[in-house]
Amino acid sequence: MCTYNTETLSLTGSAKGAVGWFHATSASVYFDHPVHHGAGHALMIDVLNRDQGASARVGLELDAHSARELAEAILRTLDAVPEGLLEH
Amino acid sequence: MTADLRAYTTELTGHGGDPIEVYAAVPEADGPHGSVVVIHHMPGFDEQTKEIVRKFAAFGYAAAMPNLYSREAPGASADDAAAAARALGGVPDPRLVGDVDAVASFLRSRPGSNGKVGVIGYCSGGRQSVLAACSLELDAAVDCYGAFVVVNPPAEHTLKVTALTEILPNLSCPMLGLFGAEDQYPSPEQTAQLAGALAAHDKSFEHHTFEGAGHAFFAVERPSYRPDAAVAGWTLIWDFFGRHLA
Repeated sequence: MCTYNTETLSLTGSAKGAVGWFHATSASVYFDHPVHHGAGHALMIDVLNRDQGASARVGLELDAHSARELAEAILRTLDAVPEGLLEH
Repeated sequence: MTADLRAYTTELTGHGGDPIEVYAAVPEADGPHGSVVVIHHMPGFDEQTKEIVRKFAAFGYAAAMPNLYSREAPGASADDAAAAARALGGVPDPRLVGDVDAVASFLRSRPGSNGKVGVIGYCSGGRQSVLAACSLELDAAVDCYGAFVVVNPPAEHTLKVTALTEILPNLSCPMLGLFGAEDQYPSPEQTAQLAGALAAHDKSFEHHTFEGAGHAFFAVERPSYRPDAAVAGWTLIWDFFGRHLA
């Protein structure tokens, strides 16, 4: 089904998509029908800059296991950053 | 039946006076012919749903589909537009009704129209097809596995849509519902609930639940595609629209 459920968040960083590099300002996270991944549903992540138009987007479509692995890898990586390097 | 057809993209004035992109496919023959408004699924105004629009024209109907994300992402690709619309909260129900009304009026007033207009939608568009048929004067409606028609989404869902139970008494036309037995959104129990509610209001509702099929069994490019259910479903659609729109 279309789950409708969407997490949105503000973020700071950069992303490279079809328009090249852009400043990323927000993201959407949801579990719904993918466009390209060959499954009924997928964990979807859109990294966006709404001010630069709809094409300022990097989209990810991951199966649930891959998405959890990615999320845990991000957290492990951040936890392993040497003290003093994290600005925030 | 395979009619020669012409397909094109145009612009109409939608809800609130906003310009909306519309994809239309019409038979080359003069008519008279019935018309169908196609409502795309949440992934947007995509190639697969445009192909459905053309299929209706090939079967002798004038068909048109509004780009429900025209406002959020004019000119963007379907997937980028769907992402932009989702990030902004999705399509409000009143806006959907206004946009479908605009497309229905466009189709009804075309040369060759017999004045009859139906609506069909898939997935989220299935719910929106019911919404349109309960809000506008139409001649036939098809709901293909629309969720959240008789139950609200879970409370934790951030994109707010609500059940349509309160407006079901306003259904303006006969409705056909096509569902998968393995679908949970809507589940067979919810389909039975919808049938019961419409029967209580003395509304015409033909519905079929296909064994071995789940959600999105019409979607030929997805692993959910079930050819037996889809072929049978299309046969039911042609019969239903043939009776109510021809």
